[in-house]
Amino acid sequence: MIITRRQARRPLTSSSSRRPGSLVRTATGVVGLASVAATVWLGLWVTPPSTNLGQLVRLLYIHPPVAWVAYLAFGVTAAASLLYLWRRTRSVVWDRLAAASGEVGVLFCGLTLVSGSIWGKATWGVWWTWDARLTSTALLFVLYLGYLALRRVPSDPGTRAKRSAVAAILAFADVPISYLSVYWWKTLHQTGTVLNPQRQVHVHGLMAWTLLLGFCAFTLVYAWLVAHRYAVEALAERQQGEGLARALAERRAEGRAA
Amino acid sequence: MWRDAALVAGKDIRVELRSRVATNQVLPFALLVLILFAFALDPDRGFLGQAAPGLFWVAVLFSAVLAVQRSFAIEASDHAREGLRLSGLDPAGIFLGKAAAVAAQLGVLEAVLTAGVVVLYGAHLEGALLLLGTCLAATVGLAAAGTAYGVLAASLRVRETLLPLLLLPVVAPVLLGATKAWEAGLAGHPAQGDPWLRLLAVFAVVYLALGVLAFGPLLEES
Repeated sequence: MIITRRQARRPLTSSSSRRPGSLVRTATGVVGLASVAATVWLGLWVTPPSTNLGQLVRLLYIHPPVAWVAYLAFGVTAAASLLYLWRRTRSVVWDRLAAASGEVGVLFCGLTLVSGSIWGKATWGVWWTWDARLTSTALLFVLYLGYLALRRVPSDPGTRAKRSAVAAILAFADVPISYLSVYWWKTLHQTGTVLNPQRQVHVHGLMAWTLLLGFCAFTLVYAWLVAHRYAVEALAERQQGEGLARALAERRAEGRAA
Repeated sequence: MWRDAALVAGKDIRVELRSRVATNQVLPFALLVLILFAFALDPDRGFLGQAAPGLFWVAVLFSAVLAVQRSFAIEASDHAREGLRLSGLDPAGIFLGKAAAVAAQLGVLEAVLTAGVVVLYGAHLEGALLLLGTCLAATVGLAAAGTAYGVLAASLRVRETLLPLLLLPVVAPVLLGATKAWEAGLAGHPAQGDPWLRLLAVFAVVYLALGVLAFGPLLEES
């Protein structure tokens, strides 16, 4: 298939950048990134160190919000997959949303593990401990890595959408069971080994506001990334469709010329 | 639905009895895993006896992946899947039948592996009722989740590599629950195994239900 660079670029960029959706998207991104910057500034310079955790408490403004976004993203993926599977609401919109949210969710889940690991090294002295929350987050991470791998297998879009939606539901059903199992694993037989930094920290005043800002900031960044990922997905689908139509037209023109 | 399930299960088990792939390949593989664990954990230091429940269930898990792959490999040749789709059998019945056949094979495998951990790792079987109940619940759960993911991956070119990645994290609670229940049983405290047994039962019920619901659409698309 021969497509000149101008032809390939024209239909994809011309309309999408002027859509009203992109303005909202840009605004979300700007506000989101600005509030992340504000969280960093408040978290690193303005808020006081904690009496128990000292400077380490500053991770509090990053780690829980990032973890919250990961859970939110996987919840959105499951909800969108359900909406796709339900015949009355079946639409490609839900499939794209599930894909976008799943990808961003895996990113934030990875960030949760990394930031948690750094915090763990500093407070507990080890990068990793088989604590209930850590272990179930790690399981969640590989669970959704599998989901993304399944999505990446090339196949017919309709088939892929249905298959991925079922996979998302099958994976999501496992989340409470695996959390419960890991929780029992660590609490039924050996109590007291679970280190919970949150219990030692009394959050109040400016710290609480910074934490709240962190939650809002990362949620906005999540929305922004998902919107972008969604748009890319839509453009890729359109490019596929248009590429095929163009190739067909070219072949027909060749046939007429010959 | 039940009649269709019995038909499909009978067919799968008949295919296995004639081809003997499960007995000639999956079963020796499981025993090999038991032997490899002995190399990894020095047998003289008593780790093996302590770790026997976990090693047993890891061996079962790996073999379950193979059993599920085999269960859908027999549908891949000679367009058997199209035949299954056109047969007019209830998809829920097909799911239950295939899951039952996988469960039956896993049951045999677990019996052999149990003998293996007794002989090779020196495990003492106590609390037989709990051990049996655990095997039953865990096997149904593994077979249900495995069959659901098996059909999901069946039509993909990368199914051999993708199925373990999809299935193993999902069945991680089964590994954990079954290991803990077996530990409790072998240690002679069957009461401690009860919550785990219930967890395994919940897992089995959830994935049986999801499989019954999802198998039809997945079979259509595969």
